[in-house]
Amino acid sequence: MIVLLIRDLRLAVRSGGGFGLGLAFFLLVAVLVPLAVGPQADLHARIAAGILWLGALLSCLLSLDRIFALDHEDGSLDLLATSPIPLEGVAAVKALTHWLVTGLPLTVLAPALGVLLNLPPDGYLWLFLSLLAGTPALSVIGTFGAALTVGLKRGGLLLSLLVLPLYIPTLVFGAEVARRGAEDLAIGVPLALLLAVTMGSIALLPFASALVLRINLR
Amino acid sequence: MSIWEYANPKKFMQTSGLLLPWVTGLAAIALVVGLIWGFFFTPADYRQGATVKIIFLHVPAALMAINGWLMMLVASLIWLIRRHHVSALSAKAAAPIGMTMTLIALVTGAIWGQPMWGTWWAWDPRLTSFMILFLFYLGYIALWHAIEDPDTAADLTSVLCMVGSVFAILSRYAVLFWNQGLHQGASLSMDKTQHISNVFWFPLIVCMGGFVLLFVALLLLRTRTEIRARRLQALLLRERMA
Repeated sequence: MIVLLIRDLRLAVRSGGGFGLGLAFFLLVAVLVPLAVGPQADLHARIAAGILWLGALLSCLLSLDRIFALDHEDGSLDLLATSPIPLEGVAAVKALTHWLVTGLPLTVLAPALGVLLNLPPDGYLWLFLSLLAGTPALSVIGTFGAALTVGLKRGGLLLSLLVLPLYIPTLVFGAEVARRGAEDLAIGVPLALLLAVTMGSIALLPFASALVLRINLR
Repeated sequence: MSIWEYANPKKFMQTSGLLLPWVTGLAAIALVVGLIWGFFFTPADYRQGATVKIIFLHVPAALMAINGWLMMLVASLIWLIRRHHVSALSAKAAAPIGMTMTLIALVTGAIWGQPMWGTWWAWDPRLTSFMILFLFYLGYIALWHAIEDPDTAADLTSVLCMVGSVFAILSRYAVLFWNQGLHQGASLSMDKTQHISNVFWFPLIVCMGGFVLLFVALLLLRTRTEIRARRLQALLLRERMA
């Protein structure tokens, strides 16, 4: 499984641009939103946490279809399915890779973009922590969506239609932690709930992804 | 005599063919009686005026929106466990009905909300969770249409329905946490004796019964259509092979 992880990481970093695209998109969202809502700094301060969460979520979504598509095209997914590693493990590793090349960089970049959006000083730590706690769930749920649409020719749009409703709980709790953090309120409850959603997804969804993959590879 | 006998498409077609006119007729009677009773023979509420009468559409539609998803979940489970095709097809048939019910609930709610709350839409937890339910229906139907092989489609949508149910419930409580609402609490529940004034209660019960029957009638009709479509496809394939 570690070999698979390293292979996928190499592929993700080397295969021309897929790695940086999500980050560039995230930057673009953070630049475009002020252009859309006007230059008032106090307005930006209020919506910064939510915008950054939404931006992170959408950047995550962009790279989802790459999780299985390339492996499916060149047949290595079939090899993985017949290999001694359980398919659940493969799904988990794929989700982990996706998080390492998308979620983690987004989490690190988000505070820097917070500067652009005039995030209040108290907010940086909680924005970082909420993304750190929430983006794994985004990757795992996204892997499930990618597994659902792996056999389809033009699954991209369908993938977002399927995955975005599933992202709602994570988004609500994550953005709530970041917002309350920025406004210096108590964050215990939403953070606990966010962690619960993340852990639950990590624990259970690889099984659903593997089930769906088996159906698709039948 | 077991319920699984109806998993046989032939048996299902026979029985549903017999039942369908009765269910349709009963649904029509219940709806006509309930709605006319509700609209014309109930007094106007002392605070809400005549707008209260939209409840006779709004509440039953909302009821069937949620129960429609529940029915899809049960049918999906039956398909995954026992692999009865009728069950998968009935889940497929239920989705557009449930989506329409969700839409009716949302639209009638908006029409009622405009004079009462002074706004068409508010980000209230109930409204938001219904909007989310609508999105789940949308994704489910889209997945059915996207996949060509019927068995794969049935499998994938079943899994999506199960995972979606969990996330729909999570979303429901997430939005409840996110915003305390404008929508009144549940006036109807099983554990209270007096719910609302009997003047409104009786026609509402008739309307709810009517909507349940309407759902069943539409579901039987659509499932029969799906079975016929599947048979037709099988015939065409056989002809092409020969």
